[in-house]
Amino acid sequence: MIWRKARNCEAVPLAELEPAGFEEFREAVAAGVRAGFRISALFGCPERRLGGEEGRIRIFAALTDDFSGLVLLACSSVRESFQSLTPDCPQAHMFEREIHEQWGPRPEGHPWLKPVRFHDSYEGGRKSPEVGCADFFRIHGEEVHEVAVGPVHAGIIEPGHFRFQCHGENVHHLEISLGYQHRGVERALAGGPDRRTIHLMETLAGDTTAGHAAAYCQALEALAGRTAPPAALSLRGIALELERMANHTGDLGALANDVGYLPTASFCGRLRGDFLNMTALLCGNRFGRGLVAPFGSSFGLDGRMAADLTRRLDSTFKDVENAAGLLWDTSSVMSRFEGTGRISTEACLDLGIVGPAARASGVDRDVRRDFPSGVFRFVQIPVSTWETGDVFGRAIVRWLEIRRSAEFVRRVAASMPAGDRVAASAPALAPSAIAVSLVEGWRGEICHAAVTDRAGKFAVYKVVDPSFHNWFGLAMALRGQQISDFPLCNKSFNLSYCGHDL
Amino acid sequence: MNPDAIANVAMGLALAPLLFGVINRVKAVFAGRRGQPLLQPYFDVVKLLGKGAVYSRTTTWVFRAGPVVGLASALAALCVVPFGGERALIGFEGDLLLFAGLFGLMRFFTVCAALDTGSAFEGMGASREVQFSALAEPALLLGLAAAARRTGCMSLSGLFEEASGMDPAAALPVFSLAAMAVFIVFLCENARIPVDDPNTHLELTMIHEVMVLDHSGPDFAFITYGAAVKMWVLGALFAGLAVPFRTGIHWLDAALAVAFMFAVAAATGVVESTMARLRLLRVPHLLAGACALSAVAYVLLLR
Repeated sequence: MIWRKARNCEAVPLAELEPAGFEEFREAVAAGVRAGFRISALFGCPERRLGGEEGRIRIFAALTDDFSGLVLLACSSVRESFQSLTPDCPQAHMFEREIHEQWGPRPEGHPWLKPVRFHDSYEGGRKSPEVGCADFFRIHGEEVHEVAVGPVHAGIIEPGHFRFQCHGENVHHLEISLGYQHRGVERALAGGPDRRTIHLMETLAGDTTAGHAAAYCQALEALAGRTAPPAALSLRGIALELERMANHTGDLGALANDVGYLPTASFCGRLRGDFLNMTALLCGNRFGRGLVAPFGSSFGLDGRMAADLTRRLDSTFKDVENAAGLLWDTSSVMSRFEGTGRISTEACLDLGIVGPAARASGVDRDVRRDFPSGVFRFVQIPVSTWETGDVFGRAIVRWLEIRRSAEFVRRVAASMPAGDRVAASAPALAPSAIAVSLVEGWRGEICHAAVTDRAGKFAVYKVVDPSFHNWFGLAMALRGQQISDFPLCNKSFNLSYCGHDL
Repeated sequence: MNPDAIANVAMGLALAPLLFGVINRVKAVFAGRRGQPLLQPYFDVVKLLGKGAVYSRTTTWVFRAGPVVGLASALAALCVVPFGGERALIGFEGDLLLFAGLFGLMRFFTVCAALDTGSAFEGMGASREVQFSALAEPALLLGLAAAARRTGCMSLSGLFEEASGMDPAAALPVFSLAAMAVFIVFLCENARIPVDDPNTHLELTMIHEVMVLDHSGPDFAFITYGAAVKMWVLGALFAGLAVPFRTGIHWLDAALAVAFMFAVAAATGVVESTMARLRLLRVPHLLAGACALSAVAYVLLLR
C-alpha cells in the first residue's frame, strides 16, 4: 500500500511519503475512488522545490474517506506526461487539467484537456490562449442552437462564460468556462508564509473569509505542531457558522428573487445583513476579516458580547424562520423549486460534489462531522440532508443548516472557554512535510494542502475551494432542463467564481 | 369630434405611466421598502428622450421601426377603446377586430426588431412572446366575441353602451367571464408576474424585456411609454367588461373609471407581491385557462 493515512490537520513528514511508481499511484487512486473515497486534492509541485530532480513534478493525492474520517495521502513523480486518471474516475478531470495548466505534464488520454483558468504555466513557459478561447462542446443539428452568456452579465455578479446547447427551450448541455478572476494566488503563496499570507487567504473568496482563513490557520498550526487555544477555536467555530447563516439566508432570498417572489427576497436581503453585523460585533468587519489569525484569534468574546450576540441571533433567527416559512407555504414558489435542476445521488458521488449541493441529493457528507477539527470535536452539528436533489432540496438543506448553526452558536457562545486568545509562541513550520486541512465552509468542503520545502517554507500551497468540485455539478443539473430555469439552478448552487479562479 | 372622447384620450396619455408608478409603489410596500417616487416612470421617459440612441451595425430599418410602430399602435388602440361610459374617439362596426389587430401589429414589429439584432437572447424572447401571444390572442378575441354576441354590437363603443343599459342578470355572466379572461391577457400582454417578471435582470428568463435590450435612448422611451399606454388600454377594456354599468353622470363615470384603473394597477401589484412567477412551461396552461373562460362565456350564449 502506498497510502499514508493521516487525520485532518496532521502534518506528515515527506520522508514517510515516498513517491510511488506512477502506475501504482494511478491504480491506487482509482481503486480508492472505486471504494468510495473522494479526491479532495490532486496537485503538482516541482521536485526542485522539494530538493529533487530538476524538471520533474511531484503529484500529490489527498483522498478523503468520509466513514473513517481519515485523509489518505500518496504521491508520485512525473516528467512530461502521465497516463490520465480521468477515464477511470471523473472526479480527477478538473484536477488533471489544472496540473497540466500549472506545471506542464500532460495527462495522456484525458478526454477533455482544456485550460481551467487560462494562465501561463508556472514553469516551462507554456503560453495560455486568450481567456475564454477554447474548444467548446457543440451539438449539431438543424434546430439546435447555441446560447452564449457572459462573461459580462446584466447583474452585479462575477464574470463567467456559459454556453448552452439548446433545442428550443431545452438545454442538452451546458459548458462553463471560467478563469476571468484568476489572480495567481497560489503562485503568490509559494515561498510563504509571510505577513501577507493570511490576507490572501481571507480574500480567496470574499464570502468565505472565515472558512478559508480557518483552513489556512489549521494547516499552519498542524505544520508548526501547535494548536490555537480553546477560546480561539470556539470563536472560529462561531465565525464559520455566522458566515454560513449569513450566506444561506442571502441565498434563500436570492432564490426567492429569481422566481419573482418579493417578500422573502427583500426580508432575507436585510436578514443577511443582520448576520453580517453579528460578525462585525465580533471583530469589527462584516465579513470577518482579521478575526481568525494563525495560532489564535485577534479578538475575544466576553460575557457581555456573548449575551448581545445571542440576543441578536434569537431575534434575527425568528425573522429568518418567518421569511423562509413564506417560501415553503407559497405553492407558486414550490412549483418553481420542485423538480428543477435535479442532480442524482450517483452523479454527486461520481463528480465528488460537496456541501449543501451534495447533501440535498442525499449524500451524507459533512466535514464538521466526518473530519472534525477545532471546536467541532467538542460540539457536534447534526448533518442535514434531503433526498430530492432539486432546487427545493438545496433550499431546504440551507434552511435546516441555518437552524442547526443557530443552535450551535448559542451553545458555543454560552460556554466560551476562558484563557488566552493566542498561543504563547509560534514555532517554525516543520520542514519537508505536508499537512491537509479540511473545513466545512458554507459552500462545502474547503481543502488546503500545504507542502513545505527543506527550509520550512511553502513549496506549494494548494487551495481547493468547494466551487472547484461543484461547478461541474451545476452543468450536470442543467441537462434536460429549461434554459429559463438556469438562473434559478445557478443560484441554488451559488458557487464562487474567484474561489475557483484563485 | 366628441370633446369628451378627446379628453379621455388626453387623460390616457397623461395618466398611463402613473399605472406603473402605482404598481411599483404597491410592490415596495409589500417588500417593506419606501419605493421609488410615484412619478418615476415619467422621469424615466423624459430622461430617455434626452439621450442619444446606439444602433448596432448589424441592424436595419426594421430595428428602428419597432419602437415607432409599437407606440403608434398603442396610441391607435387608445383611440379605439371607450372609457368611463363615453364613446371612443374612433368607433365603427367591427372595430374590436382592429383593436385586437393593433396589438398584433405592435407585437409583430417588436418581434421583428428583436430578431433583427441577431442576438440569441432576443431570438429566445421573440420566440416566447410569439408562443404566448398565440394563446393570449384567442382568449381576447373570443371574450370580445362573447360580449359582442350578448349585446349585438361589433363595435367596442356600441358594445359598452348597450351593456350599460342591460339587465344585470343578463349581462353579468358573460361579461364577468370575459373580464376574467381579459385580466389574464392583461397580465400576459403587459409582461407582468406570473407570466413575465419586469424586474428581473436575468436575460435567460425574460420574455418582453429581453426583446428590447438593444434599444436605447428615445427608442427605449417610446417602448416604455408605449407599454404604459398599452397597459392603460387593456385596463380600460378590462374595466369596461368588469363593470359595464354607468351612473349616467358624466364626471362621476369618468372618475369611477379612473379609480377602477388604479385599483387594477394596485391589484396587479398585489398579484406580483404575493406569488412567484410561473415556470415558462406552465404559462401556456394559464393562457389556455383564459381561453377556456372566454369559451365558456361564448357557450353560455349558445342556448
